[in-house]
Amino acid sequence: MEFLVASAIGILTAGGIYLTLRLRTFPVILGVSLLTYAVNVFLFASGRLTVGAPPILQDGVSTYTDPLPQALVLTAIVISFGMTAVVVMIGLGAFLGSDDDHVDDQPQTDEDRSEGAS
Amino acid sequence: MNHWIAAPIILPALVAPFIVLAARYHIGIQRVLSVAGVLGLIAVAFGLALQAFDGTITLYQMSDWSAPFGIVLVADRLSTMMVLLTAVLALFVLLYAIGSGWDNRGWHFHALYQFQLMGIMGAFLTGDLFNLFVFFEVLLIASYGLMIHAGGNARLKAGVQYVLFNLIGSTLFLFALGSIYAETGTLNMADLANRVAQIGPEATVGIRVAAVLLLLVFAIKAAVVPLHFWLPSSYAEAPAPVAALFAIMTKVGAYAIIRVYTMIFPPDLAATAGLHGYWLMPAALVSLAIGMTGVLAAKRLDRLVAFSVIGSMGMVMVSIALFTPAGIAAALYYIVHSTLAGAALFLIADLVRTGRGSLTLTPQPVLAGNALTAAMFFVGAIAMAGLPPLSGFLGKLLVLNASYDSPQMVWIWAVVLGSSLISIVGFSRAGSILFWKAHSVTPEEDAEALARPHALSYVAVGGLVTLLIAHTVFAGPVHSYTTTMAAQLFAPQPYISTVVDTPGKLSIPKTGDH
Repeated sequence: MEFLVASAIGILTAGGIYLTLRLRTFPVILGVSLLTYAVNVFLFASGRLTVGAPPILQDGVSTYTDPLPQALVLTAIVISFGMTAVVVMIGLGAFLGSDDDHVDDQPQTDEDRSEGAS
Repeated sequence: MNHWIAAPIILPALVAPFIVLAARYHIGIQRVLSVAGVLGLIAVAFGLALQAFDGTITLYQMSDWSAPFGIVLVADRLSTMMVLLTAVLALFVLLYAIGSGWDNRGWHFHALYQFQLMGIMGAFLTGDLFNLFVFFEVLLIASYGLMIHAGGNARLKAGVQYVLFNLIGSTLFLFALGSIYAETGTLNMADLANRVAQIGPEATVGIRVAAVLLLLVFAIKAAVVPLHFWLPSSYAEAPAPVAALFAIMTKVGAYAIIRVYTMIFPPDLAATAGLHGYWLMPAALVSLAIGMTGVLAAKRLDRLVAFSVIGSMGMVMVSIALFTPAGIAAALYYIVHSTLAGAALFLIADLVRTGRGSLTLTPQPVLAGNALTAAMFFVGAIAMAGLPPLSGFLGKLLVLNASYDSPQMVWIWAVVLGSSLISIVGFSRAGSILFWKAHSVTPEEDAEALARPHALSYVAVGGLVTLLIAHTVFAGPVHSYTTTMAAQLFAPQPYISTVVDTPGKLSIPKTGDH
């Protein structure tokens, strides 16, 4: 199971990094989402992998799973979900406004730049 | 338990929703509430700083849960100073936003501003690494809103870059936290300091990876080269008051580096020895050089200021990377200076834009309010370039003095002095084009005269400039205080024992307690 979880994190991260380097808003946002999934699984695994064990004290149980990483992952999921929503909105605004979805700066003339600023 | 430590976080957290819900359509009421909130923050921050002045470390346990299990807020000399600096900066920036009318060019400026303050204050006060991550996210999400305040294509595009860069930074932060938790089983900073010291020399692989990842995350926040690429565009395109407030955000990264790498991974810890000298120092020197070269190369005033912020962060990081008490003391003195000078310059750039209509560094007709704006720019540029008599010069002397015994002394002195020269040339080029060459250009007949900036704008910038001068005049007391602060940081045992040994609810009372 360790191998499966570790390779899943690795593949998600690799895919995320590849998409992040695509320099267009849509793939980059997908890449960042993949990265956040990878980090969620990673955080979850940081409390060691235990199958079928309860996280809180119960009578007659001797093995427990670590409850803290689950709380951390929950926080991380909420935050990354919110952040992704924000970046989709801003990215959409930028794309509709300038008809261009490049993430990096395109070479611009000085006139463009002074018009763009307000 | 002293509840005032939580006030810098609770107060903006209450003011912000109140502004959104109760004063949504009334800019006047919003302004009054926002200024009142910031004034309250200054009062609380001043009280906290006074309390920590003699070295007292105050602890606040959230819901009375004791340290490794509950989340704690800790107020020591360093965090209270940063909180006070943020609150004071926030007041002047807010006054500028009101005076220049920036707050009325889009929605919810004041609410986002308060949320931003809440995040910054929380990041300075928390004693828990995961909580630090959460407060980073609070300040970031508010900063996303502020950054694209008032809209415009260029701003939205810069906003996309800024948000994406920080999203990746946050992901890296989570990876670092996951590895730390997997290695030590705790995320409380004081508890971590104890446990990291106990890791045997053969089992340090994981914790070393975590230490480097964490350094990368904080270096992104502090805009250390080569992780600085988010800064120039986003700071230059952000509304001026927002960029001025962001001057403190790079310092959050510097603060986190100082805190984590004096307490959890101190310089004498075998596992992470060499991290500062071999990695941080060269990066810091390159940031300093690139930032100040950017000042010379910039074609627009806002970019110029953004690069000068990178350069001054480089100076701060050079001093931090020494990791000696003298180096940290100099860095803390320089952090205050660089925050005030950077914020003042961003606001001055906006004064220029108001009076001139553009920020390109080409000769154009004389701007409205030329004399006063020029005088302010003169003072700000002297401070930022580090010429006598202002605090930039004293800060630089302290850094040079602290690095005198370092093995890298030749490199540090060469880069610091060389980059100073470059930045002086850069600032004087910008100033002479903006303010002097303007007199040789005759305005077109039909050109509309632009209005002078509002008086309140000048008051706000003047306030920051006055603070800079005060920081120079009282350099002696301030530096001796930052020296005691550095001494407290390099003797973290009282901090650790305060956090770890204070009982909370459900803890078993130790013998001798009640």
